[in-house]
Amino acid sequence: MKSIPIGRSSRDEIPRLLRVCGLSVKYGADGQALEAALRQLDLEISAGEVVGILGESGCGKSTLALSILGLLPADARVDGSILFRNEELLGMSEAQLRRIRGAKISLINQEPGLALSPVMRVGEQIAEVIGAHSGLKRKARKQEAEAMLRAVNLTNAGRICAAYPHQLSGGELHRVAIGQALACRPDLVIADEPTRSLDVIVQAEILGVLRNLKQKFGTALIFITHDPALLVGFADRVVVMYAGRAVEQGPSSRMFGRPLHPYTKGLLNLVARVPRRDGSAPAGLLPVIPGGPPYLEALTSGCAFEPRCSRKTEICQSEDPEELMPEAGHRVSCFHHGS
Amino acid sequence: MNYLTRRLIHGIMLLIGASILCFLFADFAPGSFFDEIKLNPQISPETVAALRSRYGLDQPMPVRYVRWAKSVFRGEWGYSFAYNAPVRSLLAVRAGNTLLLTGVATFLAWLIAVPWGIWIAAHPGRGIDRLSMGSTSVLLSVPELVLALGLLYLVVRTHALPVGGMVSLRFDQLGRWSKIRDLATHLVIPVTTLVLANLPIILRHVRSSMMEVLKAPFIQAARGHGISKASLLFHYALPAAANPLISLFGFSMGGLLSGSLLVEVVTGWPGLGPLLLEATMSRDLYVVVGVVMSSTLFMILGNLLADAMLLAADPRVRMQ
Repeated sequence: MKSIPIGRSSRDEIPRLLRVCGLSVKYGADGQALEAALRQLDLEISAGEVVGILGESGCGKSTLALSILGLLPADARVDGSILFRNEELLGMSEAQLRRIRGAKISLINQEPGLALSPVMRVGEQIAEVIGAHSGLKRKARKQEAEAMLRAVNLTNAGRICAAYPHQLSGGELHRVAIGQALACRPDLVIADEPTRSLDVIVQAEILGVLRNLKQKFGTALIFITHDPALLVGFADRVVVMYAGRAVEQGPSSRMFGRPLHPYTKGLLNLVARVPRRDGSAPAGLLPVIPGGPPYLEALTSGCAFEPRCSRKTEICQSEDPEELMPEAGHRVSCFHHGS
Repeated sequence: MNYLTRRLIHGIMLLIGASILCFLFADFAPGSFFDEIKLNPQISPETVAALRSRYGLDQPMPVRYVRWAKSVFRGEWGYSFAYNAPVRSLLAVRAGNTLLLTGVATFLAWLIAVPWGIWIAAHPGRGIDRLSMGSTSVLLSVPELVLALGLLYLVVRTHALPVGGMVSLRFDQLGRWSKIRDLATHLVIPVTTLVLANLPIILRHVRSSMMEVLKAPFIQAARGHGISKASLLFHYALPAAANPLISLFGFSMGGLLSGSLLVEVVTGWPGLGPLLLEATMSRDLYVVVGVVMSSTLFMILGNLLADAMLLAADPRVRMQ
């Protein structure tokens, strides 16, 4: 297998919906030590594509979502480039960003219960988003909001519209959040752990709703999660993040079939543990990846995963691996990806 | 039982309790209205005793309390020794004057503080925010008496406004518009004092509760949906920040009768303040009790109003 190092300029010239290049984000006020949240992240997504972003807590997944929407806190330092339909999002004015947020790119929050105003009716909150991006009259907005709730399989849309968030169940809130995010038919939806606080059955329903809507509206989707099982059969491509970097990315068939990075392998090992037919638990202890994710401000030279890696050698300690493309469309940052 | 009914009953009990306490304390205070009359050698001890029994002062405390309570239900609120008139008719005029003053001042203070507080909460740390915080902390630490005296000093030096009283001497001869003008110029000093005294508190409450809400995840989420800044502030944040402000509003409604007593005395406004001072000095017992009870009544009504407004404003309160 031949490995080709990739320079940034040699990327394909097909216009992508979103292209993130060399994105670095650091937090910290002036004069203080900066904490890196993202390091030289590259990511692309085409129209209608589903990209799964996989990683542990603290790997920079949410920072990525916030930087695409320009919602990072004031003390964040951002470097690199984020092109949306060939328009640079970084450095855009708040007024320009406002027209993109919710209309072209929208975000489904981790906790819809907290992401909705407690003192506004749910229908009004969806109508408000529609009103912010269209010239629709009040009544038309309300009808549109109800239609959106029916689209996320909420049968009694009228009642839900008139309800306050605290009167709804967790599953209903998640559907409302999805309806709200898709209300203006955005080109790209970022779902930041959209099923985190739900039990497995409701989780499956919500995923079903997302899948349906994605097909219906042709929306591209960035699906951020720590659970690889949610991406199987759903994501077209998978990006594995570790310590603020994409350590491996490729089509999901390859990623799940033949992962190259030791970290990806470890992650996938964690889920492939279904009980056997006879009901007995699989033999042996549950696998773990030893250690925890690094403190990003303490990162020195070498590969960030090296301390936890089972395949580390000397080079891993001294040098940061460059991104390689051993197969078309499948990129990995590891010296030992072949072994 | 309905929430508001419960609060209403609670308020009535509070009123009864307050009236008993008020009576007790007035009773404990040394001296009485007739002590000074006793000093007059021309009035015989028998006359004083007769006066005392006419006003019921020779009766034990519980009996006096019941007599007073009965007169409250008759609408008299007891009898003033000094004015030789039912307390209520005395209070009504004075309370009207006080309400005119505090009503204008409270309205102005809220009118200024709410938009100002929202603005500085949306731009924390900017020059205007620091200036506001600095000047309000100075204002908060200056007693309103000093404010009133300072304003009076300025006005006396510049002769810009009339000093003292509510209207000019020739008020009755003025036309309608001149009357309003005259009243307004007399209002300026006491109203300004009260606004300067109350504005910092309201401003700081508006600022802090708005800042708190502006940090909430749902504001960030709404921003992420492209909601405009004006809508974020007024449609999303303000209703969510309203609860503590509604409570404060009820409190300032409750202070309408009692909040300006000192300022009235200093600026010579013929409201409840001077009446209470005078009645206390001369031990005009039922006038003192009347003033205290009417301001207690306002306090309780203000809080009831706040409860009702909270109920209307917050669906979560309605739930419980």
